[in-house]
Amino acid sequence: MLAIDILIQGLIQGSIYALIALGLTLVYGLLRILHVAHASLFTLGGYLGVLVTNATGSLFLALVLAMLVVGFVGMASYRIIYRPLLSRPPLIALIASIGIFIASEEVFRLIFGPFSISYKATPLQSQIDILPGIMLSEARIMVVVLAFVLLLGVNWLSRRTRLGIAARASVVDPGMAMSSGVNVETIRYAIFFIGSAFAAAAGVMVSLLNNLVEPTMGAVPSYKALAIIVLGGLGSVRGALIASLLLGVIETFGTIYLDDILDRDSIAFAFLILVLMIRPKGIFTKG
Amino acid sequence: MAYEMIVLTNMLIAILFAQSLNLITGFCGQVSLGHAAFLGIGAYTSAMLTKSGWPLMATFIPAMVIAGLIGMIVGTASLRVRHDFLAITTMGVSFLFTGIIRKQDMLGGEMGVSGIPAPDGGRVGLLLMALGLTILFIMIMIYVKRSWMGFVFESIAEDEDTASVLGIDVRRFKLFAFILGTAGAGLAGALYAHQVRFIGPDSFGFVESVTVLSMVIVGGIGSIWGVTIAAALLSVMPQFFQVIDDYKLLVYGLLLFFAMRFLPEGLGGLAKRFRHHRSKS
Repeated sequence: MLAIDILIQGLIQGSIYALIALGLTLVYGLLRILHVAHASLFTLGGYLGVLVTNATGSLFLALVLAMLVVGFVGMASYRIIYRPLLSRPPLIALIASIGIFIASEEVFRLIFGPFSISYKATPLQSQIDILPGIMLSEARIMVVVLAFVLLLGVNWLSRRTRLGIAARASVVDPGMAMSSGVNVETIRYAIFFIGSAFAAAAGVMVSLLNNLVEPTMGAVPSYKALAIIVLGGLGSVRGALIASLLLGVIETFGTIYLDDILDRDSIAFAFLILVLMIRPKGIFTKG
Repeated sequence: MAYEMIVLTNMLIAILFAQSLNLITGFCGQVSLGHAAFLGIGAYTSAMLTKSGWPLMATFIPAMVIAGLIGMIVGTASLRVRHDFLAITTMGVSFLFTGIIRKQDMLGGEMGVSGIPAPDGGRVGLLLMALGLTILFIMIMIYVKRSWMGFVFESIAEDEDTASVLGIDVRRFKLFAFILGTAGAGLAGALYAHQVRFIGPDSFGFVESVTVLSMVIVGGIGSIWGVTIAAALLSVMPQFFQVIDDYKLLVYGLLLFFAMRFLPEGLGGLAKRFRHHRSKS
């Protein structure tokens, strides 16, 4: 019973990682940039979730609003941070992104105060029996369902719509896509919108599970999301999703069995380094 | 006088630390986001030894050797991967280091190591040691840069594939730069531990790694003088302007961004451009 319980907790954690990692891996696939500032968007999403819910009483409204607003902020971040740096080596954009990320933590602290903010009345807290002997709060179930729905949505978008096909074409061969009449610039804005909106959704979910948001909440999950997209083979969406779930489960087992040697947050990186020693290009890439 | 001496020693340690990263990131083009872990390894090694009665001077070698050895292990593992991957693996090393330290009761765990003995010769002694070691390290850097090895490093930083086509064992040289750089960080760590006399897992986190990286970037990747000036300025700034200390991360973050946006070659590049401009006119 304990094993199943841990497995379920791991999958919940993994769904959150998947929502964060999706944006990162899409951006990497398209621009070959490690978008560290993605973490700031996750935190912004969490704050909007708590503040809008507290103001209006509707979590649904808060979620939609957070995803929209953060989506647009994500587009602006492409315009301001990355577009001017595209012609330079990827290292330059990486460092600029780290700069924006650590500055943004301070900005959150200045605007929202150094202390954590909680929900006035935390929504979705009643417990539901999902299996005999295993209870989960509605919030936890919602995390998994929401991640599933959003990821299915993006799958549909990329397979069935012109935008999705154009986006995949620009990942494979930007020059060819452009000469076939694809507006690569539009694709980039769209990718940043979707990736950032997903990060915001993850932020709202984490704020719900922990019942608090704080300026530094983005740091650890997003470092891990970086580890995940490396594990999954940079730029591979399917690899990133599998790696997210895998890491969620490994971490949950690790906190129980490895707690004397390693703290929770370093398990992900121990696993990452171990994997890279055996497969230097990630688990899910060929060759 | 005491205050000025503390500031000066801090500055020298920052210069030494930044130069040790400059060797890896600047000379050899390998981005490390976990360099503070090696500062930590040196600091812990040295602090544990002086606490058990060793004189500070005698701990320099063990601090360098252990940091360099762990650097070798990390390097062997992470230099197999390139650029983007390396940045993330080294970031992982920084988390792994603090994660392991937190759980070691022998090393003080969460609480850190306090009561580190004062160095022999007091503040003046430490200042002189920091001065001597920093100058020595800079001289080694200048020597390396001008030697054949410096050219090899530069060719790797410029274009790894071409370098390997020319018959250069890229991995061996990268590993060598990594060992030398991490050993240098260990040395800076030994000094640092006795400067602040209290160390804990949080003294060597990701933020410290980013701080030292920003010194190298602002100074101009690979430029010895640029990095020296940037490290000196950036380490002293928060101590003279209390306001900056409160918003240290905001300043560092924006500095990194604007440096990349408008001055990607750093102070060193600016000086070069200026010289170039003058010699033309």
